[in-house]
Amino acid sequence: MHKDRFTAPDYYQLDELFTSEQILIRNTARDWVKAHISPIIEKAAQDAVFPKHIIPELGKLGAFGPTIPPEYGGGGLDYTSYGLIMQELERGDSGIRSTASVQGSLVMFPIYKYGSEEQKRKYLPKLASGEWMGCFGLTEPDYGSDPGSMKTHFEDKGSYYLLNGAKMWISNAPFAEVAVVWAKDENGKIKGLIVERGMEGFTTPETHGKWSLRASATGELVFDNVKVPKENLFPNASGLRGPLGCLDQARYGIAWGAVGAAMDCYDSALRYSQERIQFSKPIASFQLTQKKLSEMITEITKAQLLCWRLGNLKNEGRASTQQVSLAKRNNVAMALDIAREARQIHGAMGITGDYPIMRHMMNLESVITYEGTHDIHLLITGEHITGVSAFR
Amino acid sequence: MNILVCISQVPDTTTKITFSENNTKFNENGVQFIINPYDEYALTRAIEIKEKLGGKVTVINVGKSSTEPNLRKALAIGADEAIRVDAEPADAYYVAFQVAQHAKGFDMILCGKESIDHNGGLVPSMIGELLGIPSINVAVKLDIEGNTAIMEHELDGGKEIIECPMPFVAGCQKPICEPRIPNMRGIMTAKNKPLLKKEPVSVETLTHVTEFLLPKPKESCRMIIPDEAEKLIDILQNEVKVI
Repeated sequence: MHKDRFTAPDYYQLDELFTSEQILIRNTARDWVKAHISPIIEKAAQDAVFPKHIIPELGKLGAFGPTIPPEYGGGGLDYTSYGLIMQELERGDSGIRSTASVQGSLVMFPIYKYGSEEQKRKYLPKLASGEWMGCFGLTEPDYGSDPGSMKTHFEDKGSYYLLNGAKMWISNAPFAEVAVVWAKDENGKIKGLIVERGMEGFTTPETHGKWSLRASATGELVFDNVKVPKENLFPNASGLRGPLGCLDQARYGIAWGAVGAAMDCYDSALRYSQERIQFSKPIASFQLTQKKLSEMITEITKAQLLCWRLGNLKNEGRASTQQVSLAKRNNVAMALDIAREARQIHGAMGITGDYPIMRHMMNLESVITYEGTHDIHLLITGEHITGVSAFR
Repeated sequence: MNILVCISQVPDTTTKITFSENNTKFNENGVQFIINPYDEYALTRAIEIKEKLGGKVTVINVGKSSTEPNLRKALAIGADEAIRVDAEPADAYYVAFQVAQHAKGFDMILCGKESIDHNGGLVPSMIGELLGIPSINVAVKLDIEGNTAIMEHELDGGKEIIECPMPFVAGCQKPICEPRIPNMRGIMTAKNKPLLKKEPVSVETLTHVTEFLLPKPKESCRMIIPDEAEKLIDILQNEVKVI
């Protein structure tokens, strides 16, 4: 990839809405991405290799569980700051943001929210530093948008739980030391368990051949009569609300992250259009290019405002699941549209690894589907405003 | 080891520079300000020395309250305390004079070799002169052995190794260290570190800017294909008249 010349667009002077501390956090993440992600990400994505060496660096930065209190190794940051970190990481690559999202929102958050004090003390500090990586097992081969019908289950065998089943499309699975797994007990109630690598019968085969999130490792979780110690069960989670609470956290981060990917595509397209000469003038001077760029900055500005407001609501504990859904759906679709338009502006160069466009575009095809598909989020909004569910 | 690091804030390196008030003032509208990159070398090297030998790092800035976010950043990177002298940094002498008021009792005073806005490169030497202690500008390597500082100073086509007793002043430049990016925990910790506001002492400024001028815009590049080398010769000989 070319040298990272990213300049963040801020068309409405939204920086004035953030505190100086939030700006420092955002700029720190931005500088970190320029120093650690931009130089290596294109090759990692082309080679379909997760750059494992960045894990301790992400831990040192404080990108794992930024909102978790410092006593458990987290940063104790507010949700706007967390969102800004996700925005910058995804500006680098959705796969890197996914790794941090999973660790923070889907592994550390449930341990913090639903776990026992012993579980928090045992797992959170090591997950915050990156010494241990975690993954989140909810989706199954036959149950994606309908996780309540999951088949993975466990039985109480007296001194342990016996876990059987399989999970699919699990980010971080191939190298994670810890898996937060959602499974049904004998009464069909969904519970959360912490499964550790090395437990007999637990394997994590890698998913190969992805055209998306190629710099992030994805795999399966297979449980074949895994004996899980009883102290690994979350004492404070019961039913689908447990995993869905985690998804709210992750979707919130994605809403911000998608803005980062969109900003990167826009910034690259704007610069390319000013430098690329056709018919003896920059292509930025053509009306059709200006239309594309103007619509991009309009949509980015709207998405930035949406995130800022959602961040404030979340800081006040008032952001609803439905509001998070709306932001995730809107912002990811916006980013994907911008990636496609930016690809057009880059012409043939847009398909190469010299520019980040195609990588973002392919990544976003996953992001628009995981953590609640584009359509499911629409139906969540639909259910909320009409009072009638279209899918339950 | 008690170290003072001078921090100035400068426009971000991507800023489009414009002037106002008949080209006598830099137009700060919409400009992002950052820690002067050379000062980041000084700060990081100071923190490295503190980590190795123990002690305390204090950062000092002459500026109005708008510089405080950058002082907080310095604290987030690892400084222990910040001092802000509440005044516009009028010129190099004014800044050096203000810094010198707070620089006594330190084992060393580290600065960037120059700021990337005015590129004066004067403050380190002026502080040394005002305090009557050695000053070295530019240092590309700095180590402490006992009570002696050992520094490398680049010369045209070579370098010199300098020893000097403490206290001293040094203007720092790459590759003295690799500047650090703060982390989230450092940013949170920085909130509770002391940031002291001090009133300036009265001192006259020795210089003032009468006008800023931008360099002439680069002329557009004309491409001449290799098959038309005669055309290139013709342009160089008859049009530009350089051969």
